[in-house]
Amino acid sequence: MKRLMFVSALAALLAAGPAGAVMPDEILKDPVLEQRARGISKDLRCLVCQNQSIDDSDAPLARDLRVIVRERLTAGDSDMQVVGYLTERYGDYVLLKPPVKATTVALWTAPAAFLLLGLFTARTVLRRRPADAGPVPLSEAERLRLQEILSKGGQA
Amino acid sequence: MFTEIGHYALILALAVAAAQAVVPLVGAHRGDRTLMAVGRSAAFAQFLLVCVAFGALLHAYVTSDFSVANVAQNSHTDKPMLYKVSGLWGNHEGSLLLWIAILSGFGAAVAGFGNNLPAALRARTLAVQGMIAVGFTLFILLTSNPFERLDPVPLNGNGLNPLLQDPGLAFHPPFLYLGYVGFSIAFSFAVAALIEGRVDAAWARWVRPWTLAAWVFLTVGIGLGSWWAYYELGWGGWWYWDPVENASFMPWLAGTALLHSAIIVEKRDTLKTWTILLAIIAFSLSLLGTFLVRSGIISSVHSFASDPTRGLFILALLLVTVGGSLVLYALRAPVLKSGGLFSAVSREGSLVLNNVLLATATGTVLLGTLYPLIADALNLGKLSVGAPFFNAVFVPLAVPLAAAMALGPLLAWKRGNLMRALRALRPAVAAGLLVAVGTLVWGGSASPWWAALGTGLAAYLFVGTLTETAERVRLFDVPPAASLHRLVHLPRSAYGLLLSHLGLALVIAGITGSSAWKVESVQTMRVGETVVVAGFAYRLDGVEEARGPNYVSARATFTVTKDGRPYAVMQPEKRLYMQPQRPTTEAAIVTTWLGDLYAVIGDANGPDGFVTRLYFNPLVPWLWAGGIVMVLGGLVSLSDRRHRVGAPARAHAALAVNSVARGA
Amino acid sequence: MRRLVYALPLLVLAVVGVFFFVGFDRDPKLIPSPMIDKPSPAFAVPGLRGGDGTVGNARFGGTVTLVNFFASWCVPCRIEHPLLMELARAGTVRIVGIDYKDKPEDALGWLRQLGDPYTVIGADRDGRAAIDWGVYGVPESYLVDRQGRIRFKQVGPITEDVWRTTMLPMIKELSQ
Repeated sequence: MKRLMFVSALAALLAAGPAGAVMPDEILKDPVLEQRARGISKDLRCLVCQNQSIDDSDAPLARDLRVIVRERLTAGDSDMQVVGYLTERYGDYVLLKPPVKATTVALWTAPAAFLLLGLFTARTVLRRRPADAGPVPLSEAERLRLQEILSKGGQA
Repeated sequence: MFTEIGHYALILALAVAAAQAVVPLVGAHRGDRTLMAVGRSAAFAQFLLVCVAFGALLHAYVTSDFSVANVAQNSHTDKPMLYKVSGLWGNHEGSLLLWIAILSGFGAAVAGFGNNLPAALRARTLAVQGMIAVGFTLFILLTSNPFERLDPVPLNGNGLNPLLQDPGLAFHPPFLYLGYVGFSIAFSFAVAALIEGRVDAAWARWVRPWTLAAWVFLTVGIGLGSWWAYYELGWGGWWYWDPVENASFMPWLAGTALLHSAIIVEKRDTLKTWTILLAIIAFSLSLLGTFLVRSGIISSVHSFASDPTRGLFILALLLVTVGGSLVLYALRAPVLKSGGLFSAVSREGSLVLNNVLLATATGTVLLGTLYPLIADALNLGKLSVGAPFFNAVFVPLAVPLAAAMALGPLLAWKRGNLMRALRALRPAVAAGLLVAVGTLVWGGSASPWWAALGTGLAAYLFVGTLTETAERVRLFDVPPAASLHRLVHLPRSAYGLLLSHLGLALVIAGITGSSAWKVESVQTMRVGETVVVAGFAYRLDGVEEARGPNYVSARATFTVTKDGRPYAVMQPEKRLYMQPQRPTTEAAIVTTWLGDLYAVIGDANGPDGFVTRLYFNPLVPWLWAGGIVMVLGGLVSLSDRRHRVGAPARAHAALAVNSVARGA
Repeated sequence: MRRLVYALPLLVLAVVGVFFFVGFDRDPKLIPSPMIDKPSPAFAVPGLRGGDGTVGNARFGGTVTLVNFFASWCVPCRIEHPLLMELARAGTVRIVGIDYKDKPEDALGWLRQLGDPYTVIGADRDGRAAIDWGVYGVPESYLVDRQGRIRFKQVGPITEDVWRTTMLPMIKELSQ
């Protein structure tokens, strides 16, 4: 009886959901097309997961979308057309790399803008007038202490 | 009973923290030593009380006391002891208790080891620590109490997510929190300095060891998390730019910048306002991370169950802490007087460049992480910002950073000779070019163009870092014996630099290898069949059932041969945990010098076939090795007495005379 | 002027804080449909019940339609089902059902148990038609106007609140 339970647990285990992403039956025969499919899939978001691509996710919807990507590629669509097929239905949300649009211009130009801002600030700081610089003068107490140390010939 | 003691201890800790937050501050303002000393006693008392609370919850987990709601929700009698313990911090309430345990621990450490700090600075620092503790302890007691009881008591608990039942992941949160909370010390020091209106070389020297310690812990925490993802998730990926991963990376970037900018404050008595701001930012980013995980505001793999009340409380905590410190900054930063000058082409100049690049990287990652939220709030629609974006913008920043890392240490302080430094870098540049060209030739069309850039950069940085050490020991300029003598007597911070920069070179190589040349083979295999991946032949010998303490599994056996000779036996598993019911994959990994063999057993497919995934992950071991070397570098640097307070008394006076005489 | 620079970080925090507050009301996983105001996608699936025939766009047009994606294995679908039954009884709107990735016998059994509010039901066995509609989970519902254009999408069960404040007024408006 125990063995039976075990076997069925094993069967359940192996029949359970997929263990990883792309399954052997999805892989296209044409390696070039398959490579394109993988590349496109890596940039498409799995809509029911938390931040994974359809290439990484084992959700059923991710599998459906992977199959669709491959079907469209086999039908002769270009990469852009395949992606367009999905954005027509799900919007820009499905793209892991945000498209460069009016709404994302701020995002894409930010790195360069931050860098320029940083370099500019650094330049301003480095060109400070000498009048601002110089060591902080000793306070009265510190001056007295210094006298003390010097008079003792360097021994504290 | 223990549970109630723990609960009560926590309430007491709140009261003590409140005292710690107020009394020393008043004392420092008035110059009253007695009041200032309260800070130390309060810090010790708070630590003790929080330990009692932590111990009480730990006791409940270890004894599987399911009358405690938190234990019932997250534990189970069948779990191995290690995971009963780590289950304590594998959930929202328990992890917060760990947070304040570490917070109070660091406070006690400042109270205990900070005897050479001026009394006022220490008092104010402890007061700020106390304020943070008040905020978090209130949060726990009001919204996330781990000591709530259940009635009737369930027979057994809900168990722990099987993904978390893993040694790597058991230790990942404690190290992360040690890092996050460690930055709170730098933060408290910064706020204390702002209140006092004084930042000088001494302040920088006091802040560095604490920041370095936090940095080391955070590096370990991030490394553990990535390593876990690599061996657990089943396809060899280790970084996804998930919002919560970013939330740990941003404090790390800011912390690295802080470590380097504090050097300038110490050497030149300048860049103070920037360094103070960095200290505030590093901890603020830690708090932001805490907020993002627990508020449900951003969709992430890591999120704890979200609850709007909790989210609002943390947001308030975040805004008060960061807002308060930034208000103080706006008011007091102009008061800080700047010290020395330095030329743009100098060691300080290169550190400034380092800071600019790291700050840009931090800002970019922050914007990318928050952008979906911002766009949605502005009704610009829902969009995703994922790995492709971050990879596209981060790499162009990392390249000049790595380039500057080799050049910077070769420049002199204050005013460096660029030509001389570039000449010294010739071996490094040559090494870089050689390796890059070699990569292009070896890789051919199979290798992406940027792989050569990555390996070339890594080689350049590696040789460049060695060049700096060679210069220090006057290699080839003096007899080898003299060089050796110099090498052995280098200050430890020099070894720290050497190791951490070398470590990063290894990390760059590891990242390049694993991203550019990964070999994957997915197929259905029958028992007895062989598949060849990257020169290794995998023969599937069989799949059998196995059993663990709280799971059953299907275990496959692969015999791997290379060039016909036996190489390894690999046994990947697919497990089904019982409570809760969840399948997980346990990949089999064999590490070689040049890469990892990685095998995964999937589901049965057809009458007698199994889905198998076989990978070769090149240079991934270098990634982990590089991380370890970086951590070692940090630890070695930490052990340098020059950079910690408490230099020996006899040398102290001589140093004092020397520095005064030189006007440094 | 220089002093103002030091207030910049605080300003950044304030802006970010505002965004966080606003963000609390938003669900990061709710994806709006890009197909609003566009013609409903061309699709055709076999009918679930004997008399349904092929279910596709051809069946739209003429009156306002509520297209409801459901499944017998979908737990939240049970939450909205009573509302759908009421609508069917009142004859407020024509309800077309699409059974998503389901076994026909399971779906029929489910309908027998809970009631059948649908005018026609299509059986989308492989989920392709659903993907053409931009469906990513069940239940999801669409309001299609008399010209066959999608005017509204509800992700998740239709709640009383959404029905009263948004969907019913829109149906009335579209029916004129």
